[in-house]
Amino acid sequence: MPSTAVLLSQAFNGLALGSLLALVSSGLTIILGTLGVLNFAHGALFAVGAYTAFVMMSATHSFLLALLGGCAIMLVVGFAMERLVIRHFYARPDEDQILVTYGIGIVLVEALRAWFGGNSQRVPVPSWGVGATKLGFLVYPTYRLQLIGIVAALLLGLYLVLYRTAIGLVVRAGIENAGMVGILGIDVRRTFLLVFGIGVVAVGLAGMLYAPVVSVTPDMGASFMVQSFVVIVLGGLGSFPGAVVGGLIAGEVISLTSAFSSAYSEVMLYGLMALVLVARPQGLFGTEGRV
Amino acid sequence: MPPALRRILPELALAAFLLVAPLLLPPLGFSHDLLSRALNWALFGLGLDILFGLTGLLSFGQAAFYGTGGFVTATLLVSGTVGSVWLALLAGTLAAGLFGLLVGWLAVRRIGIYFAMITLAFGQMAYFIENSPLSGWTGGENGIAGVPLPTIGFGADAVRITAGLPMYTLLAATFLVGFVLARRIAKSPVGLILRAVKENTARVAMLGHDVPAYKLAAFTIAALYAGLAGAMLGPFQSYMPPDAFALETSGQLVVQTIVGGVGTLVGPLVGAALWLWLRDNLQLIPGLGPLWKLVLGLAFIGLVIGLRRGICGEILHLWNRRREAHRLRAELARTEAIEVSGGAPARAIPAEIALPMPRPAVDGRSARGEIALEARGLARHYGGLKAVDGVSFTVRRGSIHAVIGPNGAGKSTLFKMLSDEVSPSAGEVLLFGERLTGGGVSRAAQRGIAKSNQLNQLFLNLTVQDNLRVAALARARGGFRLDLLAPADGRPEMEAQVATLMDLLDLSERAGTPASVLAYGEKRRLEIGMALATSPNVLLLDEPLAGMSLSERAATCALIRRIAKACTVVVVEHDLDAIFDLAERITVLCEGRLLADGPTDSVRRDAAVQRAYLGAGPAEAGATLGSAA
Repeated sequence: MPSTAVLLSQAFNGLALGSLLALVSSGLTIILGTLGVLNFAHGALFAVGAYTAFVMMSATHSFLLALLGGCAIMLVVGFAMERLVIRHFYARPDEDQILVTYGIGIVLVEALRAWFGGNSQRVPVPSWGVGATKLGFLVYPTYRLQLIGIVAALLLGLYLVLYRTAIGLVVRAGIENAGMVGILGIDVRRTFLLVFGIGVVAVGLAGMLYAPVVSVTPDMGASFMVQSFVVIVLGGLGSFPGAVVGGLIAGEVISLTSAFSSAYSEVMLYGLMALVLVARPQGLFGTEGRV
Repeated sequence: MPPALRRILPELALAAFLLVAPLLLPPLGFSHDLLSRALNWALFGLGLDILFGLTGLLSFGQAAFYGTGGFVTATLLVSGTVGSVWLALLAGTLAAGLFGLLVGWLAVRRIGIYFAMITLAFGQMAYFIENSPLSGWTGGENGIAGVPLPTIGFGADAVRITAGLPMYTLLAATFLVGFVLARRIAKSPVGLILRAVKENTARVAMLGHDVPAYKLAAFTIAALYAGLAGAMLGPFQSYMPPDAFALETSGQLVVQTIVGGVGTLVGPLVGAALWLWLRDNLQLIPGLGPLWKLVLGLAFIGLVIGLRRGICGEILHLWNRRREAHRLRAELARTEAIEVSGGAPARAIPAEIALPMPRPAVDGRSARGEIALEARGLARHYGGLKAVDGVSFTVRRGSIHAVIGPNGAGKSTLFKMLSDEVSPSAGEVLLFGERLTGGGVSRAAQRGIAKSNQLNQLFLNLTVQDNLRVAALARARGGFRLDLLAPADGRPEMEAQVATLMDLLDLSERAGTPASVLAYGEKRRLEIGMALATSPNVLLLDEPLAGMSLSERAATCALIRRIAKACTVVVVEHDLDAIFDLAERITVLCEGRLLADGPTDSVRRDAAVQRAYLGAGPAEAGATLGSAA
């Protein structure tokens, strides 16, 4: 049995990982829910986000500027993807959408490899996040605490956009019934473009914020993408609350299990997914009858 | 060419190709080793082609079964548990199949997007299990080295199958056997049903097939192919690499199969050979070396956008189009002529044709009662909306019974409850006195209730004949059967039934035509014909006359009368003239409630019915409804 301090510190790790997963999955789920497209390039976009942080950080030496510039770059990447490829696939079968986004994922990862080489890059922790913070009972890296706060703020912002703005209303209506939204005369094309952009910025931001914690490599997004798929299965398709709660559950399951046995941390996550599939196939927040 | 030879032409062509490939291809850069690796990937891909190409289920987790087959075989051999390589190959393959059965049981609950996500996740799960908890057996990230070569014969006479040409021969023979089996499966009743599942899953279930069981069968077959390919990997390269389990492996398999041409069975071989060849040769080009995967990725995107059928698929498509362009033009011209003429069948329904219902679903013992179908207090509520609210009525055996009512009366919902497509909020349906409700739509179909839909639900890319076969197979074989090696057209009595049905529906000349090409009236007749092909005791017809011209209506009414001689018919229809003419008894719904129920004449005179339909005084309405007859 691990000590309380270890368990607590793992619980914080779970919170940090879980909030990042929540952000990644939110991006995936609003694209999936609104556009009906499962973005298999999501993991590659996570890596693209991390590399933009690397480039912008080297250029500006300010993490805040790097984040802002990174968002702009991700928005451009997202818009370009939607306009050039994704838009032409809305009417095609799910499987074709999956294949083409998988192809885009390969190209993005290989472009990163060609540009920056296969070796890992390091992004420095921002000056205001260096060191550790005493939380009374344990000492925890400051930046990770800040990371939890920043992601929470971003998720709150996304929540406000989705639930308190006109565009959010259209997005949520689109998740319920995309055809009806079009019939009502709302320009779906512009909304779809914007939603795809927001989804890509969300996963890009997750990549940027995670960059100082790990080594940045072209393949770093793959495991995040698979875990965010599990989150979607746990939380329910197209559900924003499902993505957030599912993300936190997934993060805690991985971290707390590894306090006992690191060998089983990932396995436990997939075991949980299997359990949800048996007991509640539509996911925790999903409604019966969708896909 | 004799037809027997023509039928196995693809197999013969493949055998000939595999025979000459090691002689002709090496100068082009296809070494024996590359060809062997391509054959291993191709065997792996055959399974994916059955799962995705045939059934339409895109899996991104095939590495799980490739790895399972590989590591079980390698562990058994290296640890000395099993001495014979052949036995270890068998054990590895079966282990992968078992694992596939388990994962498939979970994965086939979901389709499309969800299916791809779940298979990918379980693929990763297998990777992590191999890498951590089981690393004591699997070597974790090191893999298993020193896997022995397969041998033929015993003792001193044993011949070891070494790398190079001998190994190529073994892999080529295995792939050929795998290919022959895959073709047999594709042409079996199971294969036909899987193709129908890809076209319209809901309709396959409605016809009485156990769809989840068939999907699980396809998934397990794919896992067995993956397992065998993985199992051969260790003995083939004397080393079992851990990346057999990697996400990349599943992805590469999907890409290769798509590039080669999904649904063609040779596609996986062509795709694998091309991919491996390009990978080896692109890396040799100065300046391009490290970019080889970027180039292939871009090419793959282009292929998915523009040439979705893949290399073999596009070639086959062009070939077929050239060969069949003439026939297709003729079929389309015929369709146009039918549409222009108002869609009447070319001739009246031949009186001499007996309705092809060889074996009713319910035997005489349980079907003795006079009541064929009974609704008891059926209700369906959607939130506060009561679509159907406490409806009871009985349908007499052998009668034509109509259900009418204004728009929104709940007729379609009622019908869906009668066939158990929708489960009622309250009440139950009895078929010949036995409870039908709660077993699901395919069980209901197996017990002898069939339904033709208001909107056509055909298998558009299957021929007319195959559409009817899928339906007839549900009666002939029951809900689920694994006759993987029998031909789909190998039941003479069923073929006769399908032929008679086509004659009855005036579709005989369209037997080989894809359903998508048919004229509207023909599609309507095929829709009814599919329900009929399941040899039902009770046939539900949801607006059979919708969208038909006058002459088509007359012909369809005549058809319904003919059908009623063989089974009980319940019909929902808006065309009151036709209903009053056809039906013996009528049930009237209004706003989800039963308004009237009785013989046609008394319902026609019913004041409440007249008010509901016309909102007019009884005298005036009576005149209008009366004139309908």
